[in-house]
Amino acid sequence: MAYLKKSPWLIHYDASSCNGCDIEILACLTPMYDVERFGILNTGNPKHADIFVVTGSVNEENKYVVKNIYDQMPEPKVVVAIGICATSGGIFRECYNVAGGIDTTIPVDVYVPGCAARPESIIDGIVTALGILEEKRAAMTSGVPREQPMIAPKEPAGGA
Amino acid sequence: MISLVGAVVFVLLAPVIGGIVAGIDRKVTAHMQGRVGPSIFQPFYDVGKLFEKEGAVVNDTQHFYVLSYFVFAIFAGALFFAGGNLLLVVFALTLAEVFLVLGAYAANSPYSHIGAERELIQIMAYEPMLLLAAVGMYVVTRSFNVSDIAGFPGYLVILLPGVFFGFIYILTIKLRKSPFDISTSHHAHQEIVKGVMTEFSGPNLGFIEVAHWYEMVFLLGFVFLFFAVNWIVALIAIIIVYLLELAIDNTNARVKWQLAVKSSWAVALILGAGNIAIIYLLGRV
Repeated sequence: MAYLKKSPWLIHYDASSCNGCDIEILACLTPMYDVERFGILNTGNPKHADIFVVTGSVNEENKYVVKNIYDQMPEPKVVVAIGICATSGGIFRECYNVAGGIDTTIPVDVYVPGCAARPESIIDGIVTALGILEEKRAAMTSGVPREQPMIAPKEPAGGA
Repeated sequence: MISLVGAVVFVLLAPVIGGIVAGIDRKVTAHMQGRVGPSIFQPFYDVGKLFEKEGAVVNDTQHFYVLSYFVFAIFAGALFFAGGNLLLVVFALTLAEVFLVLGAYAANSPYSHIGAERELIQIMAYEPMLLLAAVGMYVVTRSFNVSDIAGFPGYLVILLPGVFFGFIYILTIKLRKSPFDISTSHHAHQEIVKGVMTEFSGPNLGFIEVAHWYEMVFLLGFVFLFFAVNWIVALIAIIIVYLLELAIDNTNARVKWQLAVKSSWAVALILGAGNIAIIYLLGRV
């Protein structure tokens, strides 16, 4: 049964975002977009969350935090990288302290580029994530492993 | 007089009614905030999802505590609807809450511990009034049996207005509504991560949610007792009380625990004990 798709609870973590994407994520919860229509709740607890929403590029200090939050979430779970910084590192990609996009630390399922990502595209990304969440649940119950997205290697500053 | 039928009906129907009431709660709350809100069946989807998730626990004894909370919450409600002893119902409900607190303490997490401490404070805050409500009904009907209280020929609320108001006051705590949602709260509210619920996830959280529905139906049944002589009036009273709780929830900020304890004890002492004292003195004349 597909209750998972009807009740996705998400946890939002600001890796090192400028708050632009964070404000757009919170805008999704306002009466204007009201994502609670789809049963989406913004929880502060990784143990209750199904979708990990990360904004901003991961830096060397907080990549352990990102990893920790991801590990605390019970299966099945998906990761959505919001904004161009979370997708690839964005303009901060080559900074000495930046590890890169979220996919350098944890496997990412959905990328939502944009600077800042629009609420419409964020909702679209979450809805895409719901499909992947359902696939993961099916894989979990059937025991057939589903292909996981890879963790991207960090490219040296200035390109390879 | 214990009626098994009442207990069985409660065990079977309470999750359905409780879930729909919780769904209406979310819908009405959303409308109060100018949003569309989820379907009224959303709480069922949530619990269905929680049972689909991985059952990760920090400490294996949590399974036992959650199951005990679930069983005693059902026991308390079933005894109530069977027409059993109201004091025993109140104590069974407290025991259920204590198991929830123990479950939160079982995990070595500071958030969970603060939540558990706050849950204990909440129990401390509402327990006197809950007991006084039972005592008040005893003073009027001369029986602690729910079946006798429900059979009382007259509106209990007319004789016990203070007790009724006091009960409504602590109902806010029991339903985990603002301004007294200090240990944990519903909807998207957050307080110290998720307070007492922090370390419960997956199926365990689902069990806690269903147990809460049972509790909710029991508490609304308690409201019913005040109007038991006419069940249509009682149903209308329940609806008004619940909508009032939602209005309070949406118009109040969370208070500090000190105010929660002080105010609910003041209400219990002045309105609860005062009302009972007046009834007692009038009865002697």
